[in-house]
Amino acid sequence: MTTGTSIPRGAIGASMARKEDPRLLRGRGRFGGDFARPGQLWARLVRSPVAHGRLRSIGTDDAARADGVVTVVTAASLPPGLAIPVRLQVQDADLRDYLQPVLAADTVRYVGEPVAVVVAGDPYAAEDAAELVDLDIDEAPAVLDAAAAAGPDAPRLFPGGNVAADFTLGYGDVAGAFARADRIVEIAVEIGRHGAVPLEPRALLADPDPATGRLSIFGMTKVPVFNRDLLATLLGMDETLIHVHAVDAGGGFGARGEFYPEDFLVPWLARTLRRPVMWVEDRGEHLVAVNHSRQQVHQIAAAFDTSGRILGLRDDVVHDNGAYCRTHGIIVPELTVAMLPGPYRVPAYRGRVRVVLTSKTPCGTYRAPGRFEGSTAREQLLDVAAHQLKISRNEIRSRNLLRADELPCQRSMSTLGTDVVLDAGDYPALLAAAQAEADRLGYPDEVERGRRAGRLRGLGVAAFLEKSGLGPQETADVVVSRTGAVHVFSGGTSLGQGIETVLAQIAADALGADPDQVSVVNGDTDRQPFGGGSWASRSTVVAGSAVHAAAGAVRDRAAEIAARMLEADPGDLVSEHGRISVRGDPGAAVTLAEVARATAPASPYLRPGEPAGLSARRRFEVAHMTYPYGVHLAVVDVDPGTGGVQVLRYLVAYEVGRAVNPALVAGQLRGGAAQGIGGALLEEFCYDENGQPQSATFMDYRMPTAAEVPPIDVLITQDSPAPGNPLGVRGAGEGGVSAAGAVLASAVRDALGLAGSVGRLPLTPARVQELATNGGGR
Amino acid sequence: MKPAPFSYYRTRSVPETVARLAELGDGAKILAGGQSLVPMMNFRLARPDALVDVTRIPGLEYLRAGPDGLRIGALTRHRTVELCRDPVVLDGFGLLPRAARWIGHYPIRARGTFGGSIAHADPAAEWCLLAVLLEANVVLAGPAGARTVPVSDFFEGFYTTTAEPDEMITELHFPRAARHAALTEFAQRQGDFAVVAAAVSVDLGVAGPPRPGAACRSVRVVLGGVGPLPFVVDTGALGGQPAAAATWRAAGELAAAQIDPPADGHGGPAYRRRLAATLVERALTEAAAAP
Ligand SMILES: Cc1cc2nc3c(=O)[nH]c(=O)nc-3n(C[C@H](O)[C@H](O)[C@H](O)COP(=O)(O)OP(=O)(O)OC[C@H]3O[C@@H](n4cnc5c(N)ncnc54)[C@H](O)[C@@H]3O)c2cc1C
Repeated sequence: MTTGTSIPRGAIGASMARKEDPRLLRGRGRFGGDFARPGQLWARLVRSPVAHGRLRSIGTDDAARADGVVTVVTAASLPPGLAIPVRLQVQDADLRDYLQPVLAADTVRYVGEPVAVVVAGDPYAAEDAAELVDLDIDEAPAVLDAAAAAGPDAPRLFPGGNVAADFTLGYGDVAGAFARADRIVEIAVEIGRHGAVPLEPRALLADPDPATGRLSIFGMTKVPVFNRDLLATLLGMDETLIHVHAVDAGGGFGARGEFYPEDFLVPWLARTLRRPVMWVEDRGEHLVAVNHSRQQVHQIAAAFDTSGRILGLRDDVVHDNGAYCRTHGIIVPELTVAMLPGPYRVPAYRGRVRVVLTSKTPCGTYRAPGRFEGSTAREQLLDVAAHQLKISRNEIRSRNLLRADELPCQRSMSTLGTDVVLDAGDYPALLAAAQAEADRLGYPDEVERGRRAGRLRGLGVAAFLEKSGLGPQETADVVVSRTGAVHVFSGGTSLGQGIETVLAQIAADALGADPDQVSVVNGDTDRQPFGGGSWASRSTVVAGSAVHAAAGAVRDRAAEIAARMLEADPGDLVSEHGRISVRGDPGAAVTLAEVARATAPASPYLRPGEPAGLSARRRFEVAHMTYPYGVHLAVVDVDPGTGGVQVLRYLVAYEVGRAVNPALVAGQLRGGAAQGIGGALLEEFCYDENGQPQSATFMDYRMPTAAEVPPIDVLITQDSPAPGNPLGVRGAGEGGVSAAGAVLASAVRDALGLAGSVGRLPLTPARVQELATNGGGR
Repeated sequence: MKPAPFSYYRTRSVPETVARLAELGDGAKILAGGQSLVPMMNFRLARPDALVDVTRIPGLEYLRAGPDGLRIGALTRHRTVELCRDPVVLDGFGLLPRAARWIGHYPIRARGTFGGSIAHADPAAEWCLLAVLLEANVVLAGPAGARTVPVSDFFEGFYTTTAEPDEMITELHFPRAARHAALTEFAQRQGDFAVVAAAVSVDLGVAGPPRPGAACRSVRVVLGGVGPLPFVVDTGALGGQPAAAATWRAAGELAAAQIDPPADGHGGPAYRRRLAATLVERALTEAAAAP
């Protein structure tokens, strides 16, 4: 596909300002809730106030008669048996019995479960009327402890029991490894339930066009094509009659944009009522409705030889999935055990996970799903093992990290339907580089200084393996219009991560244009009907590679036309800055705009049979993921009097293969670390003994603010380009959060001088205070 | 998270407010800074059928120090207290501006009012703790005229006071200065309500930090976040003790032993007791060192 035209290397690698910024910083972004249509109605969900019970009846008469109310809908009004299917099927798990209904018909299984919808002329009237819906629920015992719920005597949420899946991944002779070990180290680590909680809650507008039968949807951001197709199936429509528009989104992090009950209800209501219907989730709803994540208990053990080398690793995980299996199915528990060995040489491994359903909000992915949890367990285990083996925490890591010459390393496991093949890299070198950077930044000095001043100060270290660039395919269209503007229609979605800028940089370089000439539309199902969406740190890798191919094809086609216009050989042409010129004769040149016009239907430069227009569609396919890796280091102070933990310094070192936009990579890492600090120290969805959510406001669900997050240092390395894609890029979305739990657990453990594990995240003051008192001082 | 329906009135004077409240009856509520009331209405935890907005009443935003102590107008914003640099106020009541920074975040301090905080009667609120510590008086206007109530007779429990529904707080009066005083607290995030807060004062008899060998005449300790009311610790045992670290530590243990705090998402009673001991000791250390 390459012709003789040169590929200027300009935009890729530059820390360009974001193309999104002018509109977002000037308040011109358009988020789901910003849209409005004449005659629009408002929907309000009625949610279960109890954690578990049989729904005897739903009285809707009073609500239906209230001022401004158009209709009240319950499961009885919907097509029967509607349940939301799993988007990502793995490990042949049959989850049919555990899917979430759109509206609960006979049983409610968590506080917040949708049971009815009220539609009214304005959102206030809808909320007033929703209070009038009379729910008669025969309460049943709540199931809250996943380990107990997995047992035979627990109250059942489903006729088939509470265990949705129980599977083991692994390889090698684990029993043998433990049998011949010189030392076995085993700890229990619990990860608290928390979640993505993007600052913009969800919003959805569905607008039917009675003339064409089309349905316009605003507010589905993540996997719009998948959601469109699913919605079309559920509504019995042709999928091209549904148009999901691109909108801005205030963060996704895994939770936004999956297919939730509301994603069926709002379009269904709009079709049924023949009116536009708007739904804007409020914060109170969001905290009980949107996917939670992370809650797991690990019983993890490793077998070591005398020199501290890992012989075998095993983990037994209880994964609390909440009340249903939603669109993510069991991928979070799967990723947990598949990624658990991380960047280490683990000759034998077995990870078992039980996916248990409980009377809580159902779970899905949250940025670095499975890796945040698994890395916390594994790295605590290594810290405790280092203590027992009397070697340093760095030493145990460098002895066990896979060396560059041991890669690629295939682990006989699969995840997300792909084989686990660690592609390339130099893990020990990055650990050393991270240490050197921390030394240079004065981390060890700061620890020493604090300790001399009598503080409980600790340094944490954690290494991790990420995964990114999940295929299997992605499609991109690149179109040059008559003005020379380059339009990219990508299958990614803009969630605030800057993907428009990154794709513009990639397109500009591949096409020989300036990034300013390029505009990127993400997530519009009419413009890109084959998009795979933005998740799993995939867009720069797979959408970027598709854009690279499509833009390269346009460059080749432009050169072909330009050659005709200039009467030159395509091989003698140079494409740069939106101009195509003859090598050595810069005066002989045409602009992209001129070339685009030369492809107009009546153009003399078009040969018979050639299509008009300057555009290309390309598909990028990839069988394996690429595995970025990194190291986190942190310095914390523990106040033994209050149990408070203050994060003083934080470094993320990350191998990204190739940074298309280093400032955006740094931004991803910093944002991830901030979220990770939240998950490690502050955020938790708590429930009381009746299953009532106790973290239903931002007062009780404590996200970190600027005051709790120190400046995050980043070290971005580009030493190991990914072999599996033409750009050499690895994803950057999750490396900032992946090892945050691990590194802060490590730092607090170090500050307190604990021999054992910290036991549980989040490290709340009460817990830390208890560890400080009972765990023994330095 | 939208409030239930309500009607809205704006008043321009205290008598008009009182008359309006009397006319509207028990379902009406005063709206001041709105920083507690509006969130509660959005959660539908409060459902007033009418709001009487008092923020346009002139003349109720002031800090005035004089021979009979400090008077603070009910509509004085938290931020106004925080920024107060009047030497007469700072001399003796410097604790108030210092404590203000613990209240919420800047936008909340810019809107929330002193009177609103006292009326709201959150047992962890800084102004409520200081009112108890400094034995302030609440000045109320009602249909029968004005009355002055000592705070010890004002707070009744969580968010409840002895004010009548048709009464408005117009002023807080702090009759006695406290030079050696401090408020400190702990929350996991800056700006959160205190898990436990300790407001303390020490009477050293003289200005300035304690001389070696000096004794405390008396110590006052008030805790927030440990029960339905600001908790006044019985500190009788500390009178005459040396003004020194060991006494401050003992005061912390004394406080921890006297409280019976609740368990909640922040931790159990044992954790709150430890926190109280720590904070009382730290607050007293800071108070004694005050100029
Ligand atoms: C995120 C957040 C964090 C906060 N953190 C803190 C904190 O750390 N510490 C703290 O102390 N507060 C905190 N607050 C509360 C804040 O200080 C409020 O401003 C204060 O509690 C109430 O004052 P207001 O003027 O806003 O009153 P409003 O919210 O308007 O009213 C509160 C109540 O008092 C009544 N009322 C108001 N004024 C009068 C009056 N003059 N006479 C009679 N009744 C009256 C109202 O009818 C209502 O019942 C926080 C608030 C938020 C939103």
